[in-house]
Amino acid sequence: MTVAGAARRVLLAAGLPIALLALWWVASADSRSFYLPPLRQILEVVPSVWVGARLVDDVLPSLARLLAGFALATVAGVGLGVVIGGSPRLRAALEPVLEFLRAIPPPVLVPIFILVAGIGTTMKVLVIVSGCLWPILLNTVEGVRARDEVLEDTCRAYGIRGSARLRHLVLRAASPQIVTGMRQALAIGIILMVISEMFAASSGLGFTIIQFQRSFAIPEMWSGILLLGLLGVALSLAFRGFEGRVLGWYHGLRRAQRGPS
Amino acid sequence: MTTGRRQRWWLGAGGLLGFLVLLELVPRAGLVPDRYLPPTSRIAGALAAELGQAAFWAALGDTLQGWAIGLAVAVGAGVALGLLLGSVPALRAATSSTIEFLRPIPSVALIPLAVLLFGTDLRSKLLLVVYASFWQVQIQVLHGVQDVDPVAMDTAHSYGLGRWARIRHVVWPTALPYAVTGFRLAAAVALVLAVTAELIIGSPGLGREIAVAQTSGAVPAMYALVVVAGLLGVGVNLVARALERRVLAWHPSTRREAAA
Repeated sequence: MTVAGAARRVLLAAGLPIALLALWWVASADSRSFYLPPLRQILEVVPSVWVGARLVDDVLPSLARLLAGFALATVAGVGLGVVIGGSPRLRAALEPVLEFLRAIPPPVLVPIFILVAGIGTTMKVLVIVSGCLWPILLNTVEGVRARDEVLEDTCRAYGIRGSARLRHLVLRAASPQIVTGMRQALAIGIILMVISEMFAASSGLGFTIIQFQRSFAIPEMWSGILLLGLLGVALSLAFRGFEGRVLGWYHGLRRAQRGPS
Repeated sequence: MTTGRRQRWWLGAGGLLGFLVLLELVPRAGLVPDRYLPPTSRIAGALAAELGQAAFWAALGDTLQGWAIGLAVAVGAGVALGLLLGSVPALRAATSSTIEFLRPIPSVALIPLAVLLFGTDLRSKLLLVVYASFWQVQIQVLHGVQDVDPVAMDTAHSYGLGRWARIRHVVWPTALPYAVTGFRLAAAVALVLAVTAELIIGSPGLGREIAVAQTSGAVPAMYALVVVAGLLGVGVNLVARALERRVLAWHPSTRREAAA
């Protein structure tokens, strides 16, 4: 790639975001509206609000709960998905129940989990697990079910069974679907992390932001919204990195199958 | 290995029945205290009582109204913007980084803003619903437009089709399956966000009823409302899938789905 081409790409990627931020900055510079403070004021409060005690007490625990819930849901979803996807009878028997459980909007489970587990960490992790589980589980079932029959027969012919079969055939074949499910689950997990803290909690990122809103600390609230947005973007980028690592073989295979273009 | 259609149906019905019986027996046997999980029969009783109340139907109507309006706005805007950005390469290149940044922002981040601007009004529910479901449609349509067969496009060019005719006869049929997939995803997301807005912000609807039932300790009623929310979700999925089959009946690969 030439230097001019690279410069053009950077300009295209960065141009609009910079223009929009500049527009926000200028348009809000002498805003007298209480709800829409100047961007300068919002950015000014960021260090005092989010660096220090609040980072350790609210932001990091929220993230830890999200990752714990996501990890638990992934283990449970893939485990159950492999079992259910491997047996047509079991799949037929469980399909209506799973369809129903998946269709329940996860936020309505927050009151149920509060009832069962109070408003502590357990409740929040349970809420995140209950929302993240279904996309992973159903995608794993689909992936395990749709594995290649020739590979299946090859494995049988070579006498590959047990954990080797699970690792090299079943999980490998289902991995693109599992990763798709995990990507959907991560987006749901962020939402549930925030909601579980907004509904009833005494700490956490969602709680802090709603607290700012209730006490009309408007620039602080805006800084929280920005932080949540950045968090969503950062997690999605991190997941893309993970996907590139885990599914590099698959994307390469797809490119090779499509032929040079 | 093939399991017959009829057999599958019976297995499914048996599984559902087993699930309900299990939920009846677990609290009755004292494995879980019934103030946490009432037996199925009591939830069914509470559900029947809810069905007789005007307030329940009003709440259901509010939820569906927010869902339908929000979804319609999101689909309209998503299709329009997806087609526009997809057909003008310069625009797509200039906006892709911004879209990649905006898309993963969780819509719940907008809750405090919605409360300040609109209170518990229908508009704050719509803000969340539209923001969340818009991206589902937009990104699918964008991918759909990029999938247009270059040969078909060149053919249309050499036959002298104008811009609108090309969009109508070449781009739109290619993007339609993607748009319908986007619609199906958006329909489910819109319901989740509508209920969320009711639960957290307190806009009228099923979500608020659930929160009220929880705070007032009406446990069976709370479970009954959660069941209704789940059935609503099932209904939304079924309708979206039926629509998908209908709209794409002509399409050679009705089964193909773009990875979400």
